[in-house]
Amino acid sequence: MFSRDRWDEILEALNANKFRTFLTAFGVFWGITILVLLLALTNGLKNGVTADFGNFATNSMFMWTQGTSKPYKGMPKGRYFNYKIGDVAAIKSEFPEIKYVSPRNQLGGYNGANNVTRGTKTGAFEIYGDYPEYIKQQPMDIIQGRFISYSDINAKRKVCVIGTGVEAGLYDKGEEVLGTYIKVNGVNFLVVGTFKMSNSQGDSEQDASTIYMPFTTFGQAFNRGESVGWMAITAVDGISITTLKDRIFSLMKSRHKVDPTDERAIGHFDLSEQFERVNGLFTILSFVGYFVGALVLMSGIIGISNIMLIVVKERTKEIGIRRALGASPWTIKSQILQESLILTILSGMVGISFAALVIWVMNSILDNAGPVDNFANPSVSMQVVFTALIILVVSGVLAGLIPANSATKMKPVDALRIE
Amino acid sequence: MIEIKDLHKSYHMGNNSLHVLKGINFDVKEGELVSIMGSSGSGKSTLLNILGMLDEADEGQYILDNVPIKNLNEKIAAKYRNDFLGFIFQSFNLINYKSALDNVSMPLYYKGVKRKERTEKAMHYLEKVGLAQWSHHLPSELSGGQKQRVAIARALASDPKVLLADEPTGALDTKTSYEVMELIQGINDEGKTILVVTHEDDIAHMTKRIVNLKDGLIIDDSMVNQVRASAHV
Repeated sequence: MFSRDRWDEILEALNANKFRTFLTAFGVFWGITILVLLLALTNGLKNGVTADFGNFATNSMFMWTQGTSKPYKGMPKGRYFNYKIGDVAAIKSEFPEIKYVSPRNQLGGYNGANNVTRGTKTGAFEIYGDYPEYIKQQPMDIIQGRFISYSDINAKRKVCVIGTGVEAGLYDKGEEVLGTYIKVNGVNFLVVGTFKMSNSQGDSEQDASTIYMPFTTFGQAFNRGESVGWMAITAVDGISITTLKDRIFSLMKSRHKVDPTDERAIGHFDLSEQFERVNGLFTILSFVGYFVGALVLMSGIIGISNIMLIVVKERTKEIGIRRALGASPWTIKSQILQESLILTILSGMVGISFAALVIWVMNSILDNAGPVDNFANPSVSMQVVFTALIILVVSGVLAGLIPANSATKMKPVDALRIE
Repeated sequence: MIEIKDLHKSYHMGNNSLHVLKGINFDVKEGELVSIMGSSGSGKSTLLNILGMLDEADEGQYILDNVPIKNLNEKIAAKYRNDFLGFIFQSFNLINYKSALDNVSMPLYYKGVKRKERTEKAMHYLEKVGLAQWSHHLPSELSGGQKQRVAIARALASDPKVLLADEPTGALDTKTSYEVMELIQGINDEGKTILVVTHEDDIAHMTKRIVNLKDGLIIDDSMVNQVRASAHV
């Protein structure tokens, strides 16, 4: 279909009126630029907002206890209870779909009182008792040393891993951290590692002012015994934690003698559900992006269609001559179609490239100016580019269809009579 | 070569119907050079358009080179035009953004001839009309006579059975007209069948046979003594 002769014909026709060709192409160029930019901005917004989730494993929930709201088995309502360490094993054995269960305990809190001292320096930090799995749910970069291990858990070693904020608060610059001791609520802990959160936005200060120690050590040192403050539970990929959580709650209720119909006794935060909700929002947003972009593109395509109609009208006589010389209607139609297709695709490609340039500039400005709230790394995937290309091809054909038909509608004898 | 029997054609404009051809009968043998004369409105252009398959008759028979021409769809009509006919128009109808050579190549392009062969053939016909050195000029850079000669080369390019010329000298001055007629006579001498529509007597007398049309009927069809155009040049 695209022989060299055909190319020559098309280029000649497009070259015959360069300014008009340029104006026509601009409509599609602009449309595709806006389409790609809209999608890129949506993506940037999405990247920004999902970064606020941190990179905590998204298929997770947090589960804690609240007072019971119903009397059950002779026990009054308003009773408080705690998960025990045995619940963790029970969940793991009952639900093979669960990937990680991390029981956690906490001391201190954001803006809490000073609770950690080292020599003359003091600081208020968040202190967590954790299991080694926790680092798989909440990825963090270990800068020096290591994270908590199971031998720490089993031996109840008084060791801890501190964040960069803690290090900055308790140590002089350049001072050796590993192997030193810090005093947490009066108990000495050996520092075995330092970490920083990978890719944290906004909460970085809080994240960095955190100390992790073995769960068992925490329980013994701070009189928690077997109690579990809350649990972070992650399901295996492909099974949503949202579908499992009710069964987990039932298990917990039966283990702690809570009325199965008691909705208040167990509190939870379903990260997966929240994440899905945000994801859903962005699915809609990118749909809007496609929709609006496609509409803008459509006006460009109508422009091409319009101009091609004028071109066909202007060339009525030429088309008549060509038909007198033996051009079949299909030859004429396919040439008009191909002209519009080439015009659309060429201007579309330029539009995509231009949008890519704008995105690149945006990214380099973002890189230089530092992170902005709720916006990061605007980009489009190759998939979007290919989708845009397919849209272009389809629309190029559509744009040419009406003019191509009108080109051959007139009888050659009438076409030849036109001056 | 051409057989026409009882050809009728009318045009409808709103409620009015205009009966343009009211039963034309005539034959043209191979190698003839025929002029069709008549005042405006006599139906000569309509006849030529039907002969050229640009228009279709309402009634009657048209046989071209033993092929009955009827119920054509545009695709077949285009093929027949390409295979059987060469057109020469009053206003030349060259494509103005193509060089003379490309204009001449066009029928060959639509025939599906390869580029190299096409260019050779087109060049050959340009030489034949004496415009080889103008092959890369655009029509706007050529004089009227030169344009018509390019158009004649184009009409010849696909080696058609019949040349149809619609007022070929209508837009040219007398001297150039005779030059063009000389060329047409030369082509006819080589055996090509040619039909010329004209309203100029001197041009008509340069053909071998004059068919006179009036109000959609042939009123006169006679052989004439051909006047050689070269005598006037």
